[in-house]
Amino acid sequence: MSEQNRQASERYRNNFLKEVEERVEEGEWVKMCMQCGVCAGSCPLGPAWEHSPQKIFMMIRAGERERVLSSDAMWMCTSCYSCIVRCPRKLPITHIMHGLANYAHRLGLAPKGQPTRDFAKLFWDNLVKKGRVNELKLTLAHYFRGGLMSGIREALAMQGIGKGLLKAGRLNPKELLGGHALKDLKGFHAIVAKAREIEDRKKGLSG
Amino acid sequence: MAKKEYAFYPGCSSQLKASASNYLTSVNSMCKTLDVKLTEIPDWNCCGASIGYAEGGELPRHAINARNFALAETHLPGQDIVATCAACWLGARESKERLDASSTLMRETNEALAAAGLHYKAEVKIRHMVEVLIEDFGYDELKKPVVKPLEGVKFAGYVGCQTNRPFGIDGESFENPKYLDKLVETLGGDPVENYDQKVTCCGGALAFSEPEKSQKQIRDIVESAYDHGAEMIVTPCPLCQANVEVYQSEINKKQGTKFSMPVLYYSQLMTVAYGGSMKDAGLDGQLIRATPLEKITGK
Repeated sequence: MSEQNRQASERYRNNFLKEVEERVEEGEWVKMCMQCGVCAGSCPLGPAWEHSPQKIFMMIRAGERERVLSSDAMWMCTSCYSCIVRCPRKLPITHIMHGLANYAHRLGLAPKGQPTRDFAKLFWDNLVKKGRVNELKLTLAHYFRGGLMSGIREALAMQGIGKGLLKAGRLNPKELLGGHALKDLKGFHAIVAKAREIEDRKKGLSG
Repeated sequence: MAKKEYAFYPGCSSQLKASASNYLTSVNSMCKTLDVKLTEIPDWNCCGASIGYAEGGELPRHAINARNFALAETHLPGQDIVATCAACWLGARESKERLDASSTLMRETNEALAAAGLHYKAEVKIRHMVEVLIEDFGYDELKKPVVKPLEGVKFAGYVGCQTNRPFGIDGESFENPKYLDKLVETLGGDPVENYDQKVTCCGGALAFSEPEKSQKQIRDIVESAYDHGAEMIVTPCPLCQANVEVYQSEINKKQGTKFSMPVLYYSQLMTVAYGGSMKDAGLDGQLIRATPLEKITGK
């Protein structure tokens, strides 16, 4: 268990709802859920969710901290925003799911090896590096996430698509050598670091 | 002087030789015809996209978006920011709304921006190119430059998620937005009626991390276009375009389908209708050739 997680469970004891309200993006909305289930029925990946958003909201109120934060449910969100526009109580459900996933990830409770968790981290690290996404490096880092052999297998399986994109001028092999970058990269990194420092201090994630 | 000027936010996928570089090519051609001057926000950065949440959290995402706002306010004062990418528009607009609604968040964001000597004044507006076309021009104006109407070509207007929800285009419904169909009609094309996958999610970033689940979505989107007699899909979103075009070959391989449905941007249709060449419209950037449109450019 991470130190931040130990401190959080000690601080909030059995009041997981309060923890979510104070530390999870848009968490103060959770108590507004009236359990109608429209979100569950609107999700394109509905059948893949271990617990639907509706169920997660109830589990938060019931204090099911470990079961919520260690679930892979929130990681099924495709950010399509269907649940948001259909929710009769106007809960920002997509953001709450993102917020829960982020909090679980940062506390070290999210499932290890969960593919969207891993990809999301690759994506953020990739964009922060140069201030812009390097699509080629992101794709290769994703294919090779499980090691060299499985990476080669995956990359070979997708080589047809890669060649197609190359021919269409939509993939640049030179991105491997550097690629697009900000001029004021130093300033950009300073902004990201400062923002992260403030957020971590507020959410008990400094460590 | 150009008829209209905007602070342009092309986004990562629209950069030279990136996955949506043909989107940018066609947007530039379209804007030339409409006499729109797009000036890139100097040194703009990535919006964080929607998948950035897991590691990026809240404030870092808002802060990087606010960096773009501050740069636009400083270097292109008075101009609206216009994004062509659905995710850039959504991410930027989301940050702007959160910052406008919370003085705490605004203070913290400016504290972060100060680390690079920047300050966000909350003056700038964030818009999508589609909003510019519909609101600043309108269908009648957009029709005027049409010299090669897209006659006889049937298009499935695939709006997708992020230009539609949660903000959407003013006056449109979330469940059945009509603007793409109207745009196709304006260009002389034939929009498919009742395309039932119009606002279905393509899987977004999960096309990478959960390929099977995402490819099920894509199969529905393409299949329904065929069922309704469409020859092509048209979309306003670069991720929708890439996912729906690129993975058809994978679905064919795994599921024995014979999909070969071209997926185009609205700006490519406009460029062709405005008399642009294949190259102007970025049609050489398709993995699945848009033959009916290529024929029109050769007329």
